[in-house]
Amino acid sequence: MMSQAKSATASKRPLTYQEVWGRIGIYTFLGVLALFFLLPLYVMLVTSFKSMDEVRLGLIFSLPQHFSLDAWVKAWTSACTGLDCTGLQVGFGNSVKILLPSVVFSILFGALNGYALSFWKVKGANVLFACLLLGSFVPYQVFIYPLVRFYAQTGIYGSLPAIVITHIIFGMPVMTLLFRNYYSGLPVELFKAARIDGAGFWKIFISIVLPMSVPIAIVAVIMQVTAIWNDFLLGLVFAGRDNLPMTVQLNNIVNTTTGERAYNVNMAATVLTSLVPLTVYLVSGRWFVRGIASGAVKG
Amino acid sequence: MGAELSRHVKRNLVAYIALLPMAIVVIFAYLGTMAWSVRLSFSSSKLLPRYDFVGADQYLTLFDTPRWLTSLGNLAVIAFFFLLICFLLGTLLAIFIDQNVRAESLFRTVFLYPYAMSFVVAGLIWQWVLNPDLGIQHTMHGFGFTDFVLDWVVNSEMVLYAVILATVWHGAGLVMALILAGLRGVDTEIWRATRIDGIPAWRVYVSIVLPMLRPMIITSLVLLSISIVKMYDVVVAMTNGGPGTASEVPAKFIMDNLFERANIGLATAASTVMLVTVLLVMAPVIYSQYFRKSGRAS
Repeated sequence: MMSQAKSATASKRPLTYQEVWGRIGIYTFLGVLALFFLLPLYVMLVTSFKSMDEVRLGLIFSLPQHFSLDAWVKAWTSACTGLDCTGLQVGFGNSVKILLPSVVFSILFGALNGYALSFWKVKGANVLFACLLLGSFVPYQVFIYPLVRFYAQTGIYGSLPAIVITHIIFGMPVMTLLFRNYYSGLPVELFKAARIDGAGFWKIFISIVLPMSVPIAIVAVIMQVTAIWNDFLLGLVFAGRDNLPMTVQLNNIVNTTTGERAYNVNMAATVLTSLVPLTVYLVSGRWFVRGIASGAVKG
Repeated sequence: MGAELSRHVKRNLVAYIALLPMAIVVIFAYLGTMAWSVRLSFSSSKLLPRYDFVGADQYLTLFDTPRWLTSLGNLAVIAFFFLLICFLLGTLLAIFIDQNVRAESLFRTVFLYPYAMSFVVAGLIWQWVLNPDLGIQHTMHGFGFTDFVLDWVVNSEMVLYAVILATVWHGAGLVMALILAGLRGVDTEIWRATRIDGIPAWRVYVSIVLPMLRPMIITSLVLLSISIVKMYDVVVAMTNGGPGTASEVPAKFIMDNLFERANIGLATAASTVMLVTVLLVMAPVIYSQYFRKSGRAS
């Protein structure tokens, strides 16, 4: 709105010299910084389409002379982690296996907690919620070792359930906050009317509250998909050797190479690892920003 | 009194049951693990947990360990420059984008995309761009500027600034997005009034508009601060703490002592120090941000 007002006053008359220079200054500033932000992505993309012979020339900013997909194929099917040369597709599969249950369950728990917190009177619930929020600020390193011991004793350490449960635990604060804030904005009369009609806890949740939760659920999916896909630390510690997520495998491929570093393969692998969150980001647009804001703005 | 309480619980019994998973998570996964970590920090645990009591020995050892002191110092430097640059850059980007520019959504997309990528990716990318044998320095040498030096990732004096560069690249868009959302909510009357009074635009931003955006500023600083304390992935991918220990950070110190050096007592002492610091800093922020207006059910 503000910018519209500004343009309305500006468009009535031709721009003064000062204003022209101002516009040039604005576009120069934004343009230079846009180049800075795009530079790494550009380098990765052009390098990933080069052959190793061309990479050795060392012109990291030049366009590929011979456009080649070899590095991408190699990164996906045969890049090596130590002696194991099965490519990033393994990590991709693992990330998907971790992602799906983690996202579904963390959102379901978030919705359920948020609903119970904002519509029902449960003694001590707000104290629990405060502890949960405080927990989300604490570095993972505080929780990791006891959780490792706990999983080891129950026999699930280094398995898919262990990493999924861990993602549910650490996603719970922000998911609960997200749904609680959203439900606080829904009209309470709706809830009261349903109770008078004799609807119980689950009936109200499933037939009234959940259908109204679609917008916030979309935000939650965007947040959890990017967060869980991009996770490195938890996957490294809890997933076990057979379920290492893509981020961990990427780092292993890049940082344990012996001999000559295949920069083109490494960069193709890096782009591949970023494709899921980047696609989510580009498709979701303003919803992504909404997720960032609602994750932390006061309730 | 007791009858009333039991009637209340009975009426809301299902809600109590529904909140059980959250209660279990809070009590065991958050509070229980915290207490366990703190307990272990007072023991002599090495490879396996031991439940003896050695007083503050681990803490004394910890603050006598050069690597830990380096990590703390590094975190302080990173936190200061990262917060300052990220905030200034993000705010400037938001203000410039808000000047009714063409291709606004393109600029927004470009400035925020790094935030969607993982820290591992951010670390790897910048390690390549700044790598003297591959990236900018190598290219400049190729152009004939053989004196050009940009060796931050392998120079122990400068490596922290390489990490700061990568994290600023990752996080500045977050500040931009939040501040821009705030700017869009500012009343247009303010601009009309200040123009009539002839107040320069920068004065209006500094003295009137930015103070109005306090909630967005606090939110972005809180989010950035959390990412600093948790900083681990980007360092592992970019420098692995090197050269030497020049880019070690506390989170990595703890992980190394837990899983590689088998020194659980020392690691838990270090994590307790981080825990106490975070709680001291964050508790007032959380209280004022989330509980001033408490939920409807309370």
